[in-house]
Amino acid sequence: MSGHSTYVPKSAIGRWFESRLPIMGLIHSSFVVFPNPRNLNYYWTFGGILAFMLVSQILTGVVLAMHYVANVDLAFNSVEHIMRDVNYGWMLRYLHANGASMFFVAVYVHIARGLYYGSYKEPREVLWILGVIIFLLMMATAFMGYVLPWGQMSFWGATVITNLFSALPGVGETIVTYLWGGFSVGNPTLNRFFSLHYLLPFMIAGVVVLHVWALHVPGSNNPAGIEKKTDKDTLPFHPYFTVKDAFAVVCFLIFFCWFAFYIPNYLGHADNYIEANPAVTPSHIVPEWYFLPFYAILRAVPDKLLGVLAMFGSIAILVFLPWLDSSKVRSGSYRPAFQVFFWVFVANAIVLGWLGGKPPEGLYVHASRLCTLYYFAYFIVILPLLGKFERTRPLPASIAEAVLGTSGSASAMAGSVAASPNTKG
Amino acid sequence: MKTFKLIAAAALVSGFLGGVAQAQHAHELAIPPRNEWSFAGPFGKFDKTQLQRGFKVYKEVCANCHSINLLAFRNLGEAGGPGFSQGQVKALASTFKIKDGPNDAGDMFEREGRPADRWPSPFPNKQAAAAANGGALPPDFSVIAKARTYPRDFPWFLVDMFTQYQEHGVDYITALLLGYSDDTHGVEVPAGKYYNTYFPGNIISMPKPLNDGQVEYIKGADGRSQVPETVEQYSKDVSAFLMWAAEPQLEKRKETGFKAIAFLIVLAGLLYFTKKKIWARIEDHHSQA
Repeated sequence: MSGHSTYVPKSAIGRWFESRLPIMGLIHSSFVVFPNPRNLNYYWTFGGILAFMLVSQILTGVVLAMHYVANVDLAFNSVEHIMRDVNYGWMLRYLHANGASMFFVAVYVHIARGLYYGSYKEPREVLWILGVIIFLLMMATAFMGYVLPWGQMSFWGATVITNLFSALPGVGETIVTYLWGGFSVGNPTLNRFFSLHYLLPFMIAGVVVLHVWALHVPGSNNPAGIEKKTDKDTLPFHPYFTVKDAFAVVCFLIFFCWFAFYIPNYLGHADNYIEANPAVTPSHIVPEWYFLPFYAILRAVPDKLLGVLAMFGSIAILVFLPWLDSSKVRSGSYRPAFQVFFWVFVANAIVLGWLGGKPPEGLYVHASRLCTLYYFAYFIVILPLLGKFERTRPLPASIAEAVLGTSGSASAMAGSVAASPNTKG
Repeated sequence: MKTFKLIAAAALVSGFLGGVAQAQHAHELAIPPRNEWSFAGPFGKFDKTQLQRGFKVYKEVCANCHSINLLAFRNLGEAGGPGFSQGQVKALASTFKIKDGPNDAGDMFEREGRPADRWPSPFPNKQAAAAANGGALPPDFSVIAKARTYPRDFPWFLVDMFTQYQEHGVDYITALLLGYSDDTHGVEVPAGKYYNTYFPGNIISMPKPLNDGQVEYIKGADGRSQVPETVEQYSKDVSAFLMWAAEPQLEKRKETGFKAIAFLIVLAGLLYFTKKKIWARIEDHHSQA
């Protein structure tokens, strides 16, 4: 990386410290002079948005944990105590609860961007797989977090999801007993979920460090999907991308605040304001919106074990994506046929989400099966074959050319064009 | 392709929110009518006099069976609520006998209520409450306005996101209180149960709780109440009161939200122009390099 070794602290103390722990140099090379492709569009700001959301969730969560009580008799009322009597408790709780949803909004955009621009392809396979691990950890964290208020949907969601593991032959029942800490969802379950809900975000933070590390080896992919070659292709991270990311984070925060302050219960379930009652089953047990596509896949399969395998497989398959996609062209912008399949995939995922919230009966089940089929076909059939048959558009010679139109010509309009996402002809 | 992408993007948004509305179910239920609420929308505030009236309905009617365990007397005098004075709160609390103890001698005793006390439950425990009500437990009212809702079909749940319609619970409760009818529409109602248009399954254990003129509202100078003493008015007033009880910080939340979003919009504007200015330097940057 061109940023290395250029950093010399100005002060004597700084030089003394740097020779012992070169952390300022690391930060300098990673987040100040780091050369980013100049053509990154706003979809690339979601990495920064996600980092912001992780910090926000940890900060609000740590304070909430100071007031929350993980006990089946006290949990529900302790959350209401936070809402009513803790100073700004209502704000912390609504920011945290809606923050989880915002985290998933951002991560889905981030993943879709990676899928469209081929960010998973060589040499970024490890970066991609680390991302899949973060996604899995996020799902586990969010699921356990939703159990903590100990409302009806908390309890019954926990019951349904933990029960899935019982489908695994041989080890299933043992796993479920360990998840529950007993023979049904109860106080030990709540306690261990609270413990893990506090632990996992720090594990996410750890994997995020690896994710960023793996990112900084090849550097960011970009909308043109070609590697940077000269300095003309790049801009230093600071100030160009720090200010761009800051702008994007603030715009995202406006969206976030709309939910947290004006419609804070919009993304939740009314049933979760009823205290958990093992004797009363809600008429429909539905997970949070961000799990619905996977829930639909689970229910699309008539066999319980196969359904569970399909659900976990739908995420696990992402790990193999770098080797499933046969196209040598990275960016979807130069793959007209791919674009059609990609947008159908996105629409398909949305429809799956809608179906996940519908009762598993009649046409809904048939539709779920079709959508599940397309979901897997996209990875197992379409992407492996498409690269062999499709006709791609010619790639630009360099990132600078992709931005400026012609190779190396420093036209007067370069500055304004550089920021726009779709600069291909 | 552009149009297609736009459609797909719109579908993306609608889809993930689509799931949310599906949380609610699809029984063939009557849809509660929408009411005008003073606390709706981004600048919503509770109508203090309405909360006071609703409180009176709760206290004189609902409280006979329904607890409101999380409500303390002091809440009634706090900002953003019915706005009772400290004296009124104290006087009200003192009309209740609260079980306390044990004292130094180890005995439980009864004392006068204090503002810090929670509203006493009408029954000693859930079993007693159910036993006194034909086996059906009257639900606690602390957060009931948020614990009740009705399904909003596509595309209305999407519209709700923009219009900030969040009053599903209060609209449902109002409709339920007005939903009693002698015409059972062919539904067989067992003895001790009642027909209600809006209750899921139409058969409810609670008898019609409110009747015209049942609760006396404060009279104005002309000797008449400001609002009609009708079931419809009682229902709306007590629903508003329950919304406040479920979300006593609602006004503060909306006020804070406005400040936060206004600040963020200004900050975003400043950052946008800063970004533009910095990115205009690209040519300089590359000619130096």
